[in-house]
Amino acid sequence: MDVAWEMFLLKVFYGILALVAILTFAAYAVLAERKVSAWIQGRVGPNRTTLPIVGDIPILGPFLRSLGLFQPMADGLKFLFKEEMCPGQVNRFHYHLAPILALIPALSVLAVVPFGQYVASTGADPIPLVLADLDIGILLIFALSSLGVYGIVLAGWASNSKYPFLGGVRASAQMISFELAMGLSVLPVFLWVNEPGSIGGLNLARVVDWQDNGWGMIFVQPVSALVFLVALFAESNRLPFDMPESETDLVGGFHTEYGAFKFGLFFTAEYAHVIVGSAIFALLFLGGWHFLPGVEDPWPIGWSGAALSFLWFALKTFAMSFLFIWVRWTLPRFRYDQVMKLGWGKLLPLALGNLLLYAVLASWMG
Amino acid sequence: MAALTILANAAEGPFDNYLRVAVLAVVALVFGILPLLIALVLRPKKMGEIKQAAFECGLESKGDPWVQFKVQYYVYALAFVIFDVEVIFLYPWAVAFADVGMGGFIAMAVFILLLAESLVYLWLKGVLSWK
Repeated sequence: MDVAWEMFLLKVFYGILALVAILTFAAYAVLAERKVSAWIQGRVGPNRTTLPIVGDIPILGPFLRSLGLFQPMADGLKFLFKEEMCPGQVNRFHYHLAPILALIPALSVLAVVPFGQYVASTGADPIPLVLADLDIGILLIFALSSLGVYGIVLAGWASNSKYPFLGGVRASAQMISFELAMGLSVLPVFLWVNEPGSIGGLNLARVVDWQDNGWGMIFVQPVSALVFLVALFAESNRLPFDMPESETDLVGGFHTEYGAFKFGLFFTAEYAHVIVGSAIFALLFLGGWHFLPGVEDPWPIGWSGAALSFLWFALKTFAMSFLFIWVRWTLPRFRYDQVMKLGWGKLLPLALGNLLLYAVLASWMG
Repeated sequence: MAALTILANAAEGPFDNYLRVAVLAVVALVFGILPLLIALVLRPKKMGEIKQAAFECGLESKGDPWVQFKVQYYVYALAFVIFDVEVIFLYPWAVAFADVGMGGFIAMAVFILLLAESLVYLWLKGVLSWK
């Protein structure tokens, strides 16, 4: 086995590790969604599932059970053991292709998302921890995540059924409309952080570097953050913009005809999208893994510091994911025309004006 | 096998980082297909005519699923293509902003205003308001 092969296998190993991590997060985001919704609606939420040995530990077992911590495992198993039906009217090949097509972009975006920093020795430059350190960073994220719409449209089309079809068509128009506002809203951020004379780049780690005094980009560019956040909600098809799904008027939207693990893949893709979206928001606007505003990063040198910076960043990401859940269980769904009006009539002009404003400010300040 | 060795050697070249993205995408594909295959083995199989009918909304489905839908969806898609291409042009400018100077700024400001103008045109034309 030569060195090149070992390096290649190492990449595969890192890839598997990253995906296992994000899928675990996604599974527990589902649990968080159920628990938070229960809390908001004055219910208890999942509290019955238990494991044979861990659940029998005197005080800890019942406590973990009441938190519902074993629920995601039961959900996963149930997805596996459910009868996997394939309705007779569907276009078989595309019907099976769609959930996989929805999952791949949602997961592979993770490659360019940095998740912490490593400082080798005192005074050394911090190295961002990331799978692929690409200069085109955010552009690759947009390119990949816009592929996610194909999975949804294909699911709606291949189902060969009325409501999924409508859901798919709605999804296509909605997602492309908000993609514009999203793309424009991050432009001022990169305009701001690329200093004269340096080689510019769209790397997310560069934005985090710029925020190393702890003050997040959200304080410098609140409008960009707002537009990005609203577009993020629309892109991940979550309430108040869940037009493609809207269970009260389209039954289940694009995944009405899906069941068992094929539905599970759509579900996983949605929550992976929420978590990665929260992570990107935390990186761009909340200072990533840097500590509180005006406070020097307390992370020690070496791998313990890297782990701490990752944990701090994860905390910010989870806080953002909580916001996603909170909004879902608080706001009602908009009408479709209102959604489109918001995207084209409000967010797009706002993002354009915002870009011009910061371009003027940046050239004025030099 | 030979192709894979070439791939492994390319991993050390300038496209190293892109290869990592590709590797992650392939691993994601496996993560998508594997549970489907496992479920294929584990799941019960009891098909029936009524079970295989379209679920739709729970009732027996009536008529053709290929209903006519609004042309408006296409109009949004057309407008999207125009604006998205223009947004792509803005990215290199934002990256090189500090170095292109006043000339670059004015040129791009004109470009952004043209973008805004076409948006206003579309609104006045009424194609963006949902009827």
